[in-house]
Amino acid sequence: MRKYVPKDNVQKKAYYTDRFHVVPRVPREKVIDTHFEATVFNLGEYVKDSYVEIGQLVVHIDANDNFAVLKILKEQCGYTQCSEQSAVDYLAKDGEFELFWQMLNVNEAKRVRVVCRLKEGLAIESVEPLFKSANFAEREMFDMFGIKVNNHPFLKRILMPDDWEGHPLLKTYPLFGDEFASWYEVDKIFGKEYRDIIGPENRDPGKIDIEDTKRFSRVGYEVPFGTEYNADEEVEVAYSETALVNYNKKTSKQLDERR
Amino acid sequence: MAQHQVNYASSAGLPIALTSVDKLVNWGRSNSLWPLTYGLACCAIEMMASGASRYDFDRMGTIFRASPRQADVMILAGTLSKKHSEFARRLYDQMTEPKWVISMGSCANTGGMFNTYATVQGVDRIIPVDIYLPGCAPRPETLQYAMMMLQKKIRRESADMKKNTKQDLTTQAGKRARLI
Repeated sequence: MRKYVPKDNVQKKAYYTDRFHVVPRVPREKVIDTHFEATVFNLGEYVKDSYVEIGQLVVHIDANDNFAVLKILKEQCGYTQCSEQSAVDYLAKDGEFELFWQMLNVNEAKRVRVVCRLKEGLAIESVEPLFKSANFAEREMFDMFGIKVNNHPFLKRILMPDDWEGHPLLKTYPLFGDEFASWYEVDKIFGKEYRDIIGPENRDPGKIDIEDTKRFSRVGYEVPFGTEYNADEEVEVAYSETALVNYNKKTSKQLDERR
Repeated sequence: MAQHQVNYASSAGLPIALTSVDKLVNWGRSNSLWPLTYGLACCAIEMMASGASRYDFDRMGTIFRASPRQADVMILAGTLSKKHSEFARRLYDQMTEPKWVISMGSCANTGGMFNTYATVQGVDRIIPVDIYLPGCAPRPETLQYAMMMLQKKIRRESADMKKNTKQDLTTQAGKRARLI
């Protein structure tokens, strides 16, 4: 199994360290499309930056203006659907989240991505009054990143259990879970005192327990079902004989001594 | 006075079958295994196919029951998430004795490819398992075979469930944990 490396500084340290490697970027184009120009014009002073990426308008705004911007997009520019809303964790690099709203204009077949930056610990205004789809999206963002949403009708975890600790989509969250996550089911069902009895999770799918004589055993080390394992004494192994091969007799084809 | 014409002493003449209680009880138990209608993920689709007309579990006396109180086999078919583990254990606790558990598919056996924070790494961490069924997902034939293996296992057991050793969640891992 791969060694687990803590990913606390995953953003500070380059993942790929080739000296001559240039990270590919999607080219940013100027806004020349008439519809997009009109959209940017309608948003007026709210727009901090705007460009086109792969035929999609990207609009950077201030985190306080998100409700007003989406209201203009919905009522004046025809963006009647908010197809996705979530965040990206840039805490290690910039100390803030990037939040985005993916908007769709069905009549024009155009998409706009509204992007803003939000400092850690700050809350964002809910756009649920404008788009019902934002209800679940904002709950998921709260669940996965811990970003609070003001005036949300029912801000509660949506994917993880209500009593879960931590926010799994943060880049500091380990993939195999922290201590709370790895003991969650044991703590919940049996209680903390059963941790010693049940033991830690086995994260190695190829692991075979030599003490476990009831489930899987290593080939060549088979013992009778349910044998009490004792490290001191060797358990006599009787292999089966089939019409094709006798496992008790060493064949001439066996190259190495089994260790 | 009428003479009895039946010769009871000849072969198959006696209206009596000699057997042991164990065999009789296990004959009944093994031929009416009622699993719980309970699916977790894609393995449950294969489980449904096993129950439907093409593979036809009913001919083995295996009829899915919608209540844990009427079921005596729990087929854990699919990925068990940590959020759901509490409810899976509760369903198991609600089943009446005697009860058996089949862990169906890689995810239920070991967590499978979901080596993540949100998946239970093998249902035997919370529920004692009788049959581990490999595959991703196992075909209906495989589930039928597992059912037949479970029947064989039950026929070997004692009618008194207290005498049967169930997989103890505390044996393997716990012993090592205590040693360390």
